[in-house]
Amino acid sequence: MHIPDGFLSTRVWGTMDVVAAPAVALLAKRAQREFDHHKVPLMGVMGAFIFAAQMINFPVGNGTSGHLVGAALLAYTLGPAAASIVMTAILATQALIFQDGGLLALGTNIFNMAIAGVWLGYLPFAMLRGGKAGVFLGGMLSLLVSASLALTELLASGVPIPPAILALSGALFVVSAVIEGAITLAVVQALERMQPGVLRQPKGLNSRTGLVLGATSAALAAAGIFVASTRPDGIESLAQRTGIWSRVTTVFRAPMADYQTTLAITPWLGRSLAGLAGLALVYVVCLVISRMLVASRPPLSAAATPREGV
Amino acid sequence: MRHVRIDRWSRGESYFHTLHAAAKLVAALTLLLCIATLSVRSLVCCAVYLMVLTVSVKAARLPVGRVLLSASAVLPFAVCFAIITALSGEPDRAAMLLIRGYLSSLTALLLISTTPMPDLLAGLEWLRAPRFLVQVMQFLYRYLLVLIEEAGAMRDAAESRAGSVRSLAVRQAAGAAGVLFVRSWGRAQAIHRAMMARGFEGHIPRFREFPLQRSDVAFTLVAAALTVGFRTVLA
Amino acid sequence: MSFIVEVKSLSYTYEDGTAALREVDFELEAGKTVALLGANGSGKTTFALHLNGILRATSGTVSVDGLEMNDRNLREIRRRVGLVFQDSDNQLFMPTVLEDVAFGPLASGASPGDAAEKAHTALAKVGMGHKAGKAPWHLSAGEKKRVAIAGILAGDPRLLVLDEPTTFLDPPGQRGLADLLDSLPQAKLLITHDVPFARRLTGEAVFFQEGRIAAKTSIAAIVQEFGW
Repeated sequence: MHIPDGFLSTRVWGTMDVVAAPAVALLAKRAQREFDHHKVPLMGVMGAFIFAAQMINFPVGNGTSGHLVGAALLAYTLGPAAASIVMTAILATQALIFQDGGLLALGTNIFNMAIAGVWLGYLPFAMLRGGKAGVFLGGMLSLLVSASLALTELLASGVPIPPAILALSGALFVVSAVIEGAITLAVVQALERMQPGVLRQPKGLNSRTGLVLGATSAALAAAGIFVASTRPDGIESLAQRTGIWSRVTTVFRAPMADYQTTLAITPWLGRSLAGLAGLALVYVVCLVISRMLVASRPPLSAAATPREGV
Repeated sequence: MRHVRIDRWSRGESYFHTLHAAAKLVAALTLLLCIATLSVRSLVCCAVYLMVLTVSVKAARLPVGRVLLSASAVLPFAVCFAIITALSGEPDRAAMLLIRGYLSSLTALLLISTTPMPDLLAGLEWLRAPRFLVQVMQFLYRYLLVLIEEAGAMRDAAESRAGSVRSLAVRQAAGAAGVLFVRSWGRAQAIHRAMMARGFEGHIPRFREFPLQRSDVAFTLVAAALTVGFRTVLA
Repeated sequence: MSFIVEVKSLSYTYEDGTAALREVDFELEAGKTVALLGANGSGKTTFALHLNGILRATSGTVSVDGLEMNDRNLREIRRRVGLVFQDSDNQLFMPTVLEDVAFGPLASGASPGDAAEKAHTALAKVGMGHKAGKAPWHLSAGEKKRVAIAGILAGDPRLLVLDEPTTFLDPPGQRGLADLLDSLPQAKLLITHDVPFARRLTGEAVFFQEGRIAAKTSIAAIVQEFGW
């Protein structure tokens, strides 16, 4: 499910990076607030735990075995915002150290697993107030959503996948999702025997901001990919009509399309600049949106008061 | 373990090792961007990139063969999709998926093999990644090996009693995961305690400053210009 | 006679109702070393955690270096008491040795320059100056313990509390550690099961039993009386 670089079209990874970066910034702020600085070591260690837990094989019949992916488990124990950040840290570490998942594709992978996977996994758990069914469904949904999103993005990038293989992947996803749900439930039950109260009981659907955020970014990303992939002309015509954006989109489009658009300078220089500008633009857009989202939040003041005890 | 090897590589002393992490990150991202947009008919450009990357690995005094081999870790995923693509009648595109995947992986590997993780995290922070996230990554990285060793020890213990881990039932595996979870949680508390004992009051102080040198900027500009140049001239 | 630690009828009960310490009285003179002996779960570590306010007394008082334990003095007390934990991995949480040793001074407000200087001095004191740039996971158990101690010394404490310092150490490592500790002028509280190790550093000990101090006497007498 970790999409490497080189598979996604620029439109897809660009869109997903622009969606994921501000979302992560916002979630980091939120996790920091509800989880305060004192829990940084806890979040880091739980991230390392997920790595280590993947060494444990769960037999799933016929000699095959699965392992825990863990997005839902983290959401139940740390809360969804902190879980998103931990998953993001895991994905970034995997991409950087293990070349597991690409760097340009990091936003896509974060969106699939750390945002959609965590929040949609948390949804049944919160709605069913943490019952057995909620735990199971959450684990299942988190994996199903992440995997389907990854497949959708590959499709939207023009990787040709024949219907037969699509159907097969679908079936495979459902099986893995059921396995993830079962493993998550088994681990949660084992945990409750060992350390009662380790689950953060959801307060109904109080974490509405998060859900709204999840839904909004899902819709945004879906719309973005849809527009970009099915109607590549859509963005252009919109840009031309608005005028203000035309300059920006020319620069933005240049490195991505087949270079039909040229700047009014020598092609070599123009394209080189456009290539750099494309990267810089994605970065700046991410930065600006993050800043806007984060700036609208009240500053953190609780960080200075130490909490005692164990 | 692969990770340990890369961790050792990253502490070398070549020119690449001394560059600012942010400079290398931007250069790597530029190269990745160029690779990602390569079309099906740009094999020459791919070859040039492979050469540039190989020469860089050599210049960074890394073992070329092993680095090139390590980068192929991406191939199982790539091969899987390449086969699907080839079967649906687009062999060129299939080849491109493999090549782009491999080159991207090699680029990332060159970055991490010449940049120790703490420096890389500082570079991310320099590029304005949320500090909170960077700190979580710092702790994750610090305790990665500790917990993997712990999990390994648990597996050995289970194996020595049960004969083979394969014979563990789901319940037992869940129990093992639970134990690992509780131990990790306990360790996190112990770490927090040790931090408080040394005066931690809520934020981790910044110790090292990483000023960007003029030579770092120069490197990024030259690297980016070359990468984009090759891309436009050759493709 | 000045006491570095004065504890009066200290009791501590965990949230689940387990009484871990009952009416403990304890004094330690500045510069002295005393060993805390006792069975697992007898309250030694719980006691130690009270000395720099990680745990706070359910009843009774704790004062360190003349400062009574309260929120106002907490910061200063933590500066004066250095806790060396049993598992060095939990203590060395920063990415490099130097950053880890500098953590304490930085956290208590030193400038990065001062903190680095203190860290280098402390590392030199424990003979680990050459490892400053290393990552903690590249060190042996003995080296980790030395670095952990350097991290404490960098804060310039008046009291060292060492929880099972010989765990994971081989015999040469244990001898080296004993020599190092012996050379440090600070008062030391040594929590240990390792009687020969304790004897290298001091003849005095207190014996914990079920949350109480059952004896304050010489190590030899405790070995004899409690069959330790």
